[in-house]
Amino acid sequence: MSTSPSLVLNDVHKQFGKTEIIRGVNLSVQPGERVAIIGPNGAGKSTLFNLISGRFAPSSGSIHLHGQRIDGLKPFEINRQGLSRSFQITNIFPKLSVFENLRCSVLWNLGHRYSFWSFLSQLNDANALAHEWMQRIHLDHKSQELAMNLTYAEQRALEIGITMAGGANVVLLDEPTAGMSTSETSRFIHLIKEVTQGKTLLTVEHDMGVVFGLADKIAVLVYGEIIAFDTPEKVRANPRVQEAYLGSLEEQGH
Amino acid sequence: MLESNRLSTSHFEKFVWLGFALVLLVAPWVFTSNLSMTMMSQMGIAIIACLSYNVLLGQGGMLSFGHAVYSGMGSYLTIHALNAVGAGTLPIPVSLLPLIGGIAGMGFAVLLGFVTTRKSGTTFSMITLGMAELVFAMSLMFSEFFGGEAGVSANRVAGQAFLGITYGPQRQVYYLIAVYTFISVGLLYALTQTPLGRILNAVRDNPERVEFVGYNTQMVRYRAFIIAGFFAGIAGGLGALNFEIVTAEVVGPARSGAYLLFTFLGGATFFFGPVLGGVLMVLAFVLLSEITKAWLLYLGLIFLFMVVYAPGGFAALIMTNLRVIKAGAFGRLNLAYAGLLVSGCVMFGGASSLIEMIYHLQLNSSMDTQLAFAGMVLDTGSKVTWSVVIAITAAALLWFDWQRKFFISQWELVQTDIAQASQSGSAS
Repeated sequence: MSTSPSLVLNDVHKQFGKTEIIRGVNLSVQPGERVAIIGPNGAGKSTLFNLISGRFAPSSGSIHLHGQRIDGLKPFEINRQGLSRSFQITNIFPKLSVFENLRCSVLWNLGHRYSFWSFLSQLNDANALAHEWMQRIHLDHKSQELAMNLTYAEQRALEIGITMAGGANVVLLDEPTAGMSTSETSRFIHLIKEVTQGKTLLTVEHDMGVVFGLADKIAVLVYGEIIAFDTPEKVRANPRVQEAYLGSLEEQGH
Repeated sequence: MLESNRLSTSHFEKFVWLGFALVLLVAPWVFTSNLSMTMMSQMGIAIIACLSYNVLLGQGGMLSFGHAVYSGMGSYLTIHALNAVGAGTLPIPVSLLPLIGGIAGMGFAVLLGFVTTRKSGTTFSMITLGMAELVFAMSLMFSEFFGGEAGVSANRVAGQAFLGITYGPQRQVYYLIAVYTFISVGLLYALTQTPLGRILNAVRDNPERVEFVGYNTQMVRYRAFIIAGFFAGIAGGLGALNFEIVTAEVVGPARSGAYLLFTFLGGATFFFGPVLGGVLMVLAFVLLSEITKAWLLYLGLIFLFMVVYAPGGFAALIMTNLRVIKAGAFGRLNLAYAGLLVSGCVMFGGASSLIEMIYHLQLNSSMDTQLAFAGMVLDTGSKVTWSVVIAITAAALLWFDWQRKFFISQWELVQTDIAQASQSGSAS
């Protein structure tokens, strides 16, 4: 490990009332690594993402992004340091057009901040970038369509677009293929691979096919603890994982 | 194709602005009476106030119950400045005094908005309500500044006349208001085309997501609040010059409520909605109150009616119907509209007869039981009259509701056809 890791979680705990959801998670993700976080329902996968992205503050422990401590910061502060996330339940700007959705997501990163002295139509960098992202997520033919009028699969693509367009280096995707049909999923995974090239990627995923196809490494989260963090082959061979998770899933026909 | 569309859009926009300027310019030569001059002056002020309110409501999703605080404080600071100009202690031309109102509105928005905009949604609304009550209570406590019951009055013919403009005649005041209105509307429209304006829309739609694309939603709301405060203050300042008196009601809850009500009636989802709202506000306050004593009741009923049946306000009604007309499908709605209109008129006639009879009973019963209304003589002492009016109103209500359902079914058919046509058009 010569390079310094992009994201480090150090003994992170999270309690809601008396219930401990995350119980001492340690994780170190190298730049450019693609990590899939898997685990049974209620294992705390989404909570873990919420802690990293600043939606909640951890009860104890520390999180470092590019060497900077980020635990307890607000989501926008963490985003400005180069971490972006998508949501399991589609989280877009419903009454704005596809183009406006993407333009909103690039404005801060391009330094336009709270400007009320420049016209959007003259921000060539933001407009070009938003156009580029419309093409990358294959929604350029729906540029002026309101986001709420898109199909579900298109909304999922827009969700990814909003997450990626801001240019963050570390990207968390929370069940990007949730609710999609099998054929949609395979196309969508292709898209995700395309647009996340060169990024450090963490994703929560239920579909094991997706996980083994997409990830360099798999972290297995069970009852708020990471019981294995390794390459897909080694995780598959890990007896603890088989006992806790994979075995039972494979029996169910996944 | 796209380019030519964009070009024609910008041409269209230029025409709209030119038309707006022309209307402001020509209006006092078309409507020359004193009443219309006063009303047009008030309309300009109300347009600025409602548009500034809509920065919060329509563009930022912030339901404020205390916007009159900022227009009202603008009014007070302006009237005090006007008195200072009159006393010779403040060397500022009267034409620029509304800017003092604007700065005052902005200053109070900076101060109070910092707390107010920390939260969104219901909490935001509650805090604005508290702030409004606070300032209104203070206006009764500090009579030195707020003028107590009598308010603060001033004479706008003050300082050096510039190019013979003294602001003595109402027409000169109107033109001052018109200039401020045109510039304010222009600037507020420009705001909607800037990064802050767009992110404000995003905050309205989905504040959580905005935080995850790098924006501090609290700061977005705060900035929008300050801008809204500035333009509210401008409106307040113009009001002070127009009326030459400012009383505590300008910061009162009724005024705040009126901004909300008429911005909503005009249509918060379109930029020009509050312009309609401002015009409606003055029509209602000046004309409707002349026609009937029960005008506030009518206003409340119209508001209820709009909230239930046309939550997009008049602007949305106009825009959706324009879309139907453009698609050449308006003819298909003739029957449905005629049904709505006739049943609506009967319903309105019945309901307003009832309202007028009740008011007559309450206010004038000692004089006479006869009430002349809309060419009829209604006898409030007769049980037969009451039963007939109630029966007609109830029947008309049912009839209208039936017509409404028929209209909606027709409307949806037309909308589906238009959507299909536009889709096949864009696909080809």
